[in-house]
Amino acid sequence: MEARKIAEECEKLFYDLEFTAVREWKARTGGRVVGYLPTYVPREVIHAAGALSVGLFGGGDKLEIIKGDAFYQSYICHMPRSTLELGLSGRLDFLDVLLSPSLCDVVRNLSGVWQLQFPNIKTKYIDMPQNFDQKVGGRFFISVMKELAELLESLGCRPVTNELLRESIVLYNENRRLVDALYDYRAEAPHNVPTAELYVVLRASLIQPVEESNRTLAGYLAAVKNRSFRPLDNVRVVVVGSFCEQPPLNLIKTLEKSGCYIVDDDFIQIARWFRRPIAVDGDAYSAVSEAFLSASRPSSSIFEGDKPKSEDLVQRIRDRKAEGVIFAAPSFCDPALLDLPFYQEALDRLGISYTQFQFSENTGQFQTIKEQTGTFSDSIKLWSEA
Amino acid sequence: MSNQSAVKDVVKDESMLIQKKMLDGWYKEIGRAREGGKPVVYSFVPGNLTEFILSFDCVAVLPEINALHSGMKKMSDGFILEAERRGHSEDVCTYVKCDLGMFLGGNLGPYGKIPPPDLLLLSYTGCFTFLKWFEALKKLYNCPVVMVHTPYQDQGVITPDMVDYLVGQFKSDLIPALEKISGKKFDIDRLRSLLQESRRAEEDLVYCFESAKNIPSPIDGFFAGVYYVGPIFTAFRGTPECTEYYRAARREIEYRVANKLGPMTPAGTMEKEKFRLVIDGTPNWTDFRDFWKVFYEEGAVFVASTYTKVGGLYDTGFRHDPDQPLKTMAEYCLNVYTNNSLPVRTKLMENYIRDYHADGFVFHSIKSCNSFSAGMLAMLRELEQRTGLPGCFIESDLVDSRYFSYANIKNRVESYLQMVEQKKGDRGAV
Ligand code: SF4
Ligand code: SF4
Repeated sequence: MEARKIAEECEKLFYDLEFTAVREWKARTGGRVVGYLPTYVPREVIHAAGALSVGLFGGGDKLEIIKGDAFYQSYICHMPRSTLELGLSGRLDFLDVLLSPSLCDVVRNLSGVWQLQFPNIKTKYIDMPQNFDQKVGGRFFISVMKELAELLESLGCRPVTNELLRESIVLYNENRRLVDALYDYRAEAPHNVPTAELYVVLRASLIQPVEESNRTLAGYLAAVKNRSFRPLDNVRVVVVGSFCEQPPLNLIKTLEKSGCYIVDDDFIQIARWFRRPIAVDGDAYSAVSEAFLSASRPSSSIFEGDKPKSEDLVQRIRDRKAEGVIFAAPSFCDPALLDLPFYQEALDRLGISYTQFQFSENTGQFQTIKEQTGTFSDSIKLWSEA
Repeated sequence: MSNQSAVKDVVKDESMLIQKKMLDGWYKEIGRAREGGKPVVYSFVPGNLTEFILSFDCVAVLPEINALHSGMKKMSDGFILEAERRGHSEDVCTYVKCDLGMFLGGNLGPYGKIPPPDLLLLSYTGCFTFLKWFEALKKLYNCPVVMVHTPYQDQGVITPDMVDYLVGQFKSDLIPALEKISGKKFDIDRLRSLLQESRRAEEDLVYCFESAKNIPSPIDGFFAGVYYVGPIFTAFRGTPECTEYYRAARREIEYRVANKLGPMTPAGTMEKEKFRLVIDGTPNWTDFRDFWKVFYEEGAVFVASTYTKVGGLYDTGFRHDPDQPLKTMAEYCLNVYTNNSLPVRTKLMENYIRDYHADGFVFHSIKSCNSFSAGMLAMLRELEQRTGLPGCFIESDLVDSRYFSYANIKNRVESYLQMVEQKKGDRGAV
């Protein structure tokens, strides 16, 4: 299928706030559905239990907030209110479990709000280990994953055996390999992989069963490689800070229209969480945990230890031959905003250009951002010509 | 002077004097730490590991407490602006910005020059921002960090895996790091004896808080409560002075109960207790007195508060257990208020309202603090349903005076209390 067609199908899934595809899956299989909030949960365990994992990354710009605002003060980001709105309006009534990863206090407390509002939907907090010793943090993380498996089993899912978990790891390794390949190809030929397209393909992968997602990603990868769009005189940028609440699709389009090729980003971190495949020999839980401890890409939600995250950003800029960085953090997002000055300091030291703005998932006006990033890309072009 | 008031003044003075002496001594010790060769450990209040720090003869510096005092001494606004000038967003926690701004100004804090840390002990309990805060400090001070990750109690239970995880971190990371900076071997018996002392103080602290079940309440469990938790939440848990302080505070309160005295306020003893309230959220520090005044002027007393449980939920039964030193430290970290889920917090508030015979409850939402504030409105709705009482919602900030509006808060509280009065009247009529 043509890349554009695949992206259109994915866009439909992404914009479908009724989650029709998930409902159909549930009706067809009678299986359990596990929703998860950004950023990371061990989807392999959910899959091994025979349940479907569904990424809930907010309500986007098409959702009208009717009840959700009454639960959150104005100085809290938008993501929890739209997530709650989805729940309160019955759009998530197919959920059996909601997982909240340890990303920030808003997500953490959202799991509590959820417990109060929807006592019939089980919740579980996925405490990502901040101790990176396999015998300490690793052991704890294995216990968290096993609790998740037990919870699913208590809901009628099949027990997670080593064999089943390994099979799921293989599928998710393939999923991440395909996403990495797409990111690599986008960096190589950004004119052939518009980020607004790639983004919806990734959003669809949060909803589709992994087997289907692998087919979609593989199809899209093959299709974009067949393209030969004309390269534009755009500047290559890395977009940083939008790992939880997501920018509206039109914002991504705006960045691209303002003369930027996005060659790296952290929009859907879970899709490329690991730097390498998870091992498929030995104990499968240990393998997931070991990968988490030693091969996670830096994230605002993980303690950075002795290696500042800014070093990773600089490396990404170099690897992707980027010319600048756009810091696009959701308003009121503590994890993103607290990282920002330190990233900026590192870039200042190296003379790397950047610009910064904040957004909300339902931002509707892009003119100012377009002017800002347009000026930013023009100035980079000017300097590189000089 | 009558005998009674003479006793009262002596007893009151005693606890306050002890606390003042303790704090002065602590600040001096911090100031002298460098020349005295004592290692300096920065850490946090929730889930603090004070007995560990003291057992290695290190000095604890608590950046949250520095920020709080900076707020009370009107220094925080300047620090925050300095941090914002250096690129920190207006929208993030002002405790962090206050601390970073203080560093940028040469680390001249509310009680003098603060030495740099030899160790950042990131007791990561109940607040995600702690992690970001010490990531920032690590860059500024370029010193080692020990991350002690406390799992979150999302289902309201402490599992053996959580305890094992913490104990594992004590053994593999914390103890070796403290041994390294102090040059001392870990002495478990020393830790035990500190824990024994902690336990004594904890008993008396709980008495102090539970005294508010009396009518009239002899204390304000929030505004005065923050003074009562001072020693045990900061650098003193496990010391004999701490035990002595709580003994004295208890005697003072026992006296007030016996004489049916209401709580002390900045305007003297509250003569007529009109409203008994429970509060969730932190105080505002920049305008602490004005904030208090909004309530005491109306005859409203806080009989229970959750903020005074961020350094430990002792009133639900926890005590440090010297017989199991590592396990008890782990359980302590796990059980602080903000490390509990919203349903558990809601239940705690509900119990307070019932057990302390409250007429209403207040949520003080803090712009800075998602750990407390994100989800408060859901708790408020739930509590209104469960108790049939109306709740009050007010907003400001911890140490950024730009977000404190006396008039707004006063208006809102006044109308709220009118509603409570009306409800009380209705109930009386029934
Ligand atoms: S957008 Fe930021 S603050 Fe809001 S829930 Fe996500 S990580 Fe937390
Ligand atoms: S977010 Fe709240 S708990 Fe965390 S550091 Fe700030 S004020 Fe303290």
